[in-house]
Amino acid sequence: MSTFLLLTITGLGLGAMYFLIASGLSLIYGLMGVLNFAHGAFISVGSYGTWWFSANLFDGVHSILLRWLLSSLLGLAAGAVFAGLVELVLIRPLYTRHMEQVLVTVGLSIAFVALLQGIWGNDPKPFVVPAWLHETTTVAGAHIPNDRWVEIATAAVVLASLQLFLRRTRYGLVIRAGVENRAMVQALGIDVRKAFTLVFAIGGIAAAIAGVLSGVYFNDVSPDQGTNLLIFAFIVVVIGGLGSIGGSAVAALVVALTQQYTNYYASAGVGDMVVVLLLGLVLLARPRGFAGAVVGARA
Amino acid sequence: MSAVATRTLLSVRDLHVHLGQSHVLQGVSFDVPEGGVTALLGRNGVGKTTTLRAILGLVGRRGSVRLDEEELTSLPTHRIVQRSVGYVPEDRDVFTGLTVAENLRLAERDAESRYDLVYDLFPDLKTRGGQRAGTLSGGQQQMLAIARALLNDNRVLLVDEPTKGLAPALVAEVAHVLERLAELTTVLLVEQNLGVVSRIAQGAIVLDQGRVVHRSDAKELLDQPGLVRRLLSVGHAA
Repeated sequence: MSTFLLLTITGLGLGAMYFLIASGLSLIYGLMGVLNFAHGAFISVGSYGTWWFSANLFDGVHSILLRWLLSSLLGLAAGAVFAGLVELVLIRPLYTRHMEQVLVTVGLSIAFVALLQGIWGNDPKPFVVPAWLHETTTVAGAHIPNDRWVEIATAAVVLASLQLFLRRTRYGLVIRAGVENRAMVQALGIDVRKAFTLVFAIGGIAAAIAGVLSGVYFNDVSPDQGTNLLIFAFIVVVIGGLGSIGGSAVAALVVALTQQYTNYYASAGVGDMVVVLLLGLVLLARPRGFAGAVVGARA
Repeated sequence: MSAVATRTLLSVRDLHVHLGQSHVLQGVSFDVPEGGVTALLGRNGVGKTTTLRAILGLVGRRGSVRLDEEELTSLPTHRIVQRSVGYVPEDRDVFTGLTVAENLRLAERDAESRYDLVYDLFPDLKTRGGQRAGTLSGGQQQMLAIARALLNDNRVLLVDEPTKGLAPALVAEVAHVLERLAELTTVLLVEQNLGVVSRIAQGAIVLDQGRVVHRSDAKELLDQPGLVRRLLSVGHAA
């Protein structure tokens, strides 16, 4: 029972990271029809930014917690700015040219990993976080690493914030409508391009949070960490339904828990294969994913 | 007609649109006078909807579109709409995942939106404010699409086949609403139902194969069944 509980909480922690990455990917695709293969770079900006700020800007701060929080905040800001710039500089000129967008984002993804390797090398960089994050809390006999709670709580806060933003603000309304029919939003006199940049920035922040949490989860940051996480986030987006935040949240949990249980109860590595099979089954049964979001006209 | 009523508000000159391999609009030119309803007529597929979409910049186009002498073709769609150009699209295009109230809120453009007018014309929309637009009937969705445009003070309203697919009782209701609309603004109306056209339109422009082939008063056109049959291949169902 304690093993099952440990697997479940760990799976939820992994699912939290998948959700953070997938939420931005899903909104970006839903609104703009852009398959953003550079999303892994946003994750790396968050993780490397936090690591760099911690090691260089806040190295004089004695409290590890404060140092981690301050450097994380700047890491998230860097993620938002980087993502916004990617939209403005690389995506916007290729507005309706989806094939070129794919090529640009794939190219950026590859180039960014190479850039990180070139500057800081291939070796993982240790991520300095408060010691209690790597201690455990015993629940029903299971020793749960504390960082899992932080990951789950962070994803829950991001999910709630995104839902509030989408449902209670004017820009949220524009984004929800734009996911359905972008041309009609423009025909109502709304500059949908501002929403594009905003969605990229939001996706950048969420991915950067995932980058920070992946640094905590894996104890270090490495150049290809973002890209590795991105593969499963794409699966989550497709299973959850393009453009649906709620669908992404449910799919992230299903994928992560499936991976955890299968890797433990069957054999290590089988989990990844089962997730791909799950993707195939969902596509056959519900081609639009769990949420069945209608992704409308993208004139 | 008075001099004010015949002043040209919208001027379209030599408008060309290519969609894929098709040269859909081949130099369309016409004027829309200020006030009243001008009907844009023609058989299916002659380019009526494309003309409206080209005026709004929703499709790539070449040529000139002037609103009160201001050239619009260099502007993006949202800037054109912000020049007080309203649009009621074919097939309604309401946001089905949003509520009725959210659909209206999204359409708010002016500082003071005309909710009183909208709810006076469509009281149903007030009581159904919290209902998802996707669960409305076709007629209610059409009312919502028109209401979105009515919410703002438009100088010209582009209305695309508002009676398409509606039951006869609803067609009469929509025609009544369009009459009210015409009292408030200039309307360029794409419409297949000639009964509605004869009831509300003053001017008529007929397109065929991407070109304007006829311009006249609507009444003058509709009073010539032979000409109507030749240009539109339909009988005049008043």
